[in-house]
Amino acid sequence: MIFAAAPAEVALVLTELGLVVLGLALLARLADRLSLSPIPFYLVGGLIVGRGGVVDLDVSETLIAVGSEIGVVLLLLTLGLEYSSEELGGNLKVGLPAGLLDIVANATPGVLAGLALGWDARAVILLGGVTYISSSGVISKLLADLDRLGNRETPSVLSILVMEDLAMAVYLPVVAALLTGGSLMAGLPSVAIALATVALVLFVALRHGGVLSQALFSHSDEALLLGVLGTTLVVAGVAAQLQVSAAVGAFLVGIAIGGAVQERASLLVGPLRDLFAAAFFLFFGLQIDPSELVPVAGVALALAAVTAGTKVVTGWWAAKRMGIARPGRLRAGTALIARGEFSIVIAGLGVSAGIEPALGPVAAAYVLLLAIAGPVAARYVPALVTERPERRQPVPAGQ
Amino acid sequence: MAEVEETQLPGVGIRYDFVTKEGDRVGVLAHRTGRRELLVYDSVDPDACRDVVRLDADDTQTLAELLGTSHVSERLADLQQHIEGLTIDWLPVGGNAACAGRTLRESALRTETGVSIVAVVRGDETIPAPGGDFTLEEGDTAVAVGTPEGIKELFRLLQQG
Repeated sequence: MIFAAAPAEVALVLTELGLVVLGLALLARLADRLSLSPIPFYLVGGLIVGRGGVVDLDVSETLIAVGSEIGVVLLLLTLGLEYSSEELGGNLKVGLPAGLLDIVANATPGVLAGLALGWDARAVILLGGVTYISSSGVISKLLADLDRLGNRETPSVLSILVMEDLAMAVYLPVVAALLTGGSLMAGLPSVAIALATVALVLFVALRHGGVLSQALFSHSDEALLLGVLGTTLVVAGVAAQLQVSAAVGAFLVGIAIGGAVQERASLLVGPLRDLFAAAFFLFFGLQIDPSELVPVAGVALALAAVTAGTKVVTGWWAAKRMGIARPGRLRAGTALIARGEFSIVIAGLGVSAGIEPALGPVAAAYVLLLAIAGPVAARYVPALVTERPERRQPVPAGQ
Repeated sequence: MAEVEETQLPGVGIRYDFVTKEGDRVGVLAHRTGRRELLVYDSVDPDACRDVVRLDADDTQTLAELLGTSHVSERLADLQQHIEGLTIDWLPVGGNAACAGRTLRESALRTETGVSIVAVVRGDETIPAPGGDFTLEEGDTAVAVGTPEGIKELFRLLQQG
């Protein structure tokens, strides 16, 4: 306990933690200056400071580890909060074909790479998840920054993100259950139990979500924030105890909260999530020895190149189905390339279960590449490919 | 009115857009947070926005008021419409008009112009279907129905004659 510690130790913890947060602040500032996502910068920060890195952290590592657990919980809570149950349900029919193509086209390269590397079946499934899921955080910020939210191809992009959100509701519990089993076969019964639990919770959440929202509702921002946070942590804790994974519990709480509480809660939780998610990415980097990245660099680069292409195909096809012209299809495709927080979350499940030592480094290198290349491609590729006339000719009035 | 297309943007808000008479696509993106974006689509690449204007709650109010005011006066102008040769109009009663201070029967406006005064607006009050012994006063507004020529004649009479 911090409070039981000697004053000298308290001073050390505070100073070290302060320096870490200041370091993160500098990285976030640099990322913002370059209009890039801070996620790869935090990862690199963790690589530099952590195991086998330049500097070694002493006491604050345990604190960062706890912060990182909270970070995963808050990331999944906000993922659940992002869409209302009507949006999830309403999108299902329209988005299903593109959502299925998304899964097949983008999970397959990860699965094949895992098989080729001769990994454990569970690590193979995790790598498929890593290459499948786009970063909804990076992409929504990207679309807003590029003033593309109003574009007519944007609904097809958002629809895919919503489908991925729904897919996570099934994928995460399955993976969590598989990881507790010790092997793929031993995990199967707990998969069935996990899926049944999730289906039950989802059903109750979508039908009677109003009850939870009503109970949490308060005019005071403080009361609402603490209420949502407390509920999420308790559910996440219980879920972890039941071997369903804390992340899944937090995600389900996010989905169950709806209505007016949903919007305010996501606004209030946002800054906290940014803080703890930074701790999570840092911690993920801390656990990886930079020298482990060298042997997996080729695999990560090949995977990044292939799955950047498959995301472009997915976005292109989804936009085409909505009657969007070629430039718009390319914008939709390139916008989807970015991978980020959820690829790391999925890889993190495997790392903490200790199944495949190379999974962490591959995922880190992969996300480093695509979290940077994705936004850059989305910004510049459509402009490069479509030559635009210098200035549009004004139409004479009254014609 | 043009047909407004409504598109749900999950996690963002709702987009409304329509094509103007001149063929430009214009839209409004209503964010869940209450922020608005005014969208002007490109004519070369119709899926992209040529211009995006970000508006906060105040700006939205200002813009709506600017657009709304002209809209209201347009509607008022439309009200003076011709329905199969008939015109309805709001005519002010001048101070030195002969009919001011006299009853409708005395000034015999309908006999001279063929126009009926169907109502009189006095201050905040509206007097519907005024009778023959109703006295017009300076500052009244007469709501008149008749032929365009008759309305012009009545307008002259209510001002001076």
